[in-house]
Amino acid sequence: MRRIVVPMLTMLIGLYACSGEASAFCGFYVGKADTKLFNKASEVAIARHDNKTVITMANDFKGDVKEFAMVVPVPTVLDKEQIHIGDPAVLKHLADYSAPRLVEYFDENPCRRYDMMQDRMGAMKSMAPASAEAKRERDQVLGVTVEAQYLVGEYDILILSAKESAGLETWLTENGYKIPNGASAVLHSYLKQNLKFFVAKVNLGEQTKLGLTHLRPLQIAFESPKFMLPIRLGTVNADGAQELFIYFLTKQGRVETINYRTVRLPEAQEIPLYVKDKFGDFYRDLFTQQVKRESERGVFLEYAWDMNWCDPCAANPLSAEELRGLGVFWQDSLGSPQRGRSMPMAQNVFLTRLHVRYDAAHFPEDLTFQETSDRSNFQARYILRHPWTGTDECPAATAYQQQLRERYEKEAQTLATLTGWNIGEIRKTMNIAAVPTVEGKKWYQQLWAN
Amino acid sequence: MNFNRLTSQLSTLDPRLYQIASLSTLLLYGVIWLHFDISVIQIAVTLATALLTQYVGKRFYNLPAFDPKSPLISALSLSLLLRTNHLEVAALAAAVAIGSKFVIRWKDKHVFNPTNLALVVMIGGGLGWISPGQWGQVAWFGFLVACLGSLVVTRAARADVTLAFLTFYIGLLFARAVRLGDPLTIPFHQIESGALLIFSFFMISDPKTTPDSRTGRIIYALLVTLAALYVQFGFFRPNGPLWGLIACAPFVPLIDRLLPAVRYDWSRPTTGQPSVPVPLVLSLHPQRRFS
Repeated sequence: MRRIVVPMLTMLIGLYACSGEASAFCGFYVGKADTKLFNKASEVAIARHDNKTVITMANDFKGDVKEFAMVVPVPTVLDKEQIHIGDPAVLKHLADYSAPRLVEYFDENPCRRYDMMQDRMGAMKSMAPASAEAKRERDQVLGVTVEAQYLVGEYDILILSAKESAGLETWLTENGYKIPNGASAVLHSYLKQNLKFFVAKVNLGEQTKLGLTHLRPLQIAFESPKFMLPIRLGTVNADGAQELFIYFLTKQGRVETINYRTVRLPEAQEIPLYVKDKFGDFYRDLFTQQVKRESERGVFLEYAWDMNWCDPCAANPLSAEELRGLGVFWQDSLGSPQRGRSMPMAQNVFLTRLHVRYDAAHFPEDLTFQETSDRSNFQARYILRHPWTGTDECPAATAYQQQLRERYEKEAQTLATLTGWNIGEIRKTMNIAAVPTVEGKKWYQQLWAN
Repeated sequence: MNFNRLTSQLSTLDPRLYQIASLSTLLLYGVIWLHFDISVIQIAVTLATALLTQYVGKRFYNLPAFDPKSPLISALSLSLLLRTNHLEVAALAAAVAIGSKFVIRWKDKHVFNPTNLALVVMIGGGLGWISPGQWGQVAWFGFLVACLGSLVVTRAARADVTLAFLTFYIGLLFARAVRLGDPLTIPFHQIESGALLIFSFFMISDPKTTPDSRTGRIIYALLVTLAALYVQFGFFRPNGPLWGLIACAPFVPLIDRLLPAVRYDWSRPTTGQPSVPVPLVLSLHPQRRFS
């Protein structure tokens, strides 16, 4: 008994010691699946504390910018100072930092019974939507009030309020915003709930002047007890489901949806080595599989971590400066470039990354959130375990070889379950059949040792 | 025949046994299938602390007969709803819940529903949280059936407050949807919360903390509904019913004073009307005597 327990403990302690600190040994960055894995995806970062909220809305709008327009219900009329242009690089950094990751471990020579580890990971990226088209021509009443009108960066921004939705819809249509059929009911509901509308489109002249080729994220800051994200307008005319990544920066702890199930993705599973080259495909199919498992009604937790560190790090934690850019206003600014050479640590910032695939049928209501006091860490992390390939001979090595084939089979099954891929194909790609079956003694042969 | 005999036998059992059975099943399903964020140890700590507090309370106040049923129900409800990363918090919640029954009393009746009070204290203090969205349709629907079924089988004498609350609450949610022009999938989605069911069938229905008279209970259900909806749509806070119930609990002595009736006893379930047989809400059997 003891003989079994000791190596187990050694390995556990090894793992623990390794994950206890973000050492370079534990995580080093190899590559990432930097492709647009998910179609029709948008990214939103929400920094929130005490009802004070900063929302960063990023989009990776691919079409002609003339066609771009965005209509967002907001709880209050916003001043010009409450609207800001964000840095896309920071949002990208946030996405990389929190991305699902792939980790590699290498089996050590079993004759020495130690595991050495190396980590690698991949990261993922996403993109963003646009809702309507814009071609403004005249101010019109129709019960619609233009509460404010600003030029912020490359965007023309209007804050609208309205008496009734039909008027608002007509106004938007007349001003060149393509409002999808059926949006009227949703607009009506928002108006009754006293929401205003934040409407943005690209000012082509400014865009050319600024020399920009892409659209930068828009940020709004406001104070409201409502902790929600309006998604209903986006579902009105969508053909098929849309992807949304939401990054929460909070002081207390993890954020979850209160009107939908927030589900942790399966993590820390060992999968076949060949996934390394197709991690993007793997993750996308895994996600789809999980969405199905939750009957398309789940919101998925991809990352929950204190901003101070990471292990393994898919990207370095964000600096205090970057976080401020994303709206984290509650950090002490005194002595910001502290701690000499090490990177300035973010304080009291907890990051939650949620990923949701939504459509009108399964997500009838806007997403509503709460911040919990849960500060436990979570990451969507998947493991590649390289076998030991040495040729030493010892009883332990034989035993090791014997369990390898079984291990591969288990990895194949895990992969099939996680992604829905064909198990036969997986076995073929892994070439399990070629793994030598070291002829071990049968249990009864070992029993009487004759 | 056999069925009738079975139901009549079942209906003589303490209704709390059904409650314990359905709560345990739900908890098991939640932990195994829905991956509730609660460890087995935390459940054990909650149960043990609740039972211990009940035992100590009974001894301290020299009360007869230790009965584990009520503390078990409180502990199971807490395990289903309260989430925390610290075992101490789970223990504290159970102790607050059961302890409050002995300490916070008014005219020989405890004022707050034990689970409700513990939850509000823990959440208010930032020690834990409730995840109201974690149920999913299957669990919710199954649990709804179990809850309604237990009303039928046990002919719970105080089902009126549950039904009144659900009627007011769901009715007003639908009214809101109609006013906003929302599709009815929205209110349907809003009531699809296991927390709401636990609240309606196990907290607000607690005969020890609701008014003694039926009229009183219906008025009480309305008050709680209004408070709950105000928390939800006025303050934009989650867990409206919990806050609503805690806010309205102090009105119970007042309602009892205005509309007096017979005090409840678990061994003799009554609706509160003296010497009148129980009007059997959702009953299978037309007659039954309580004595």
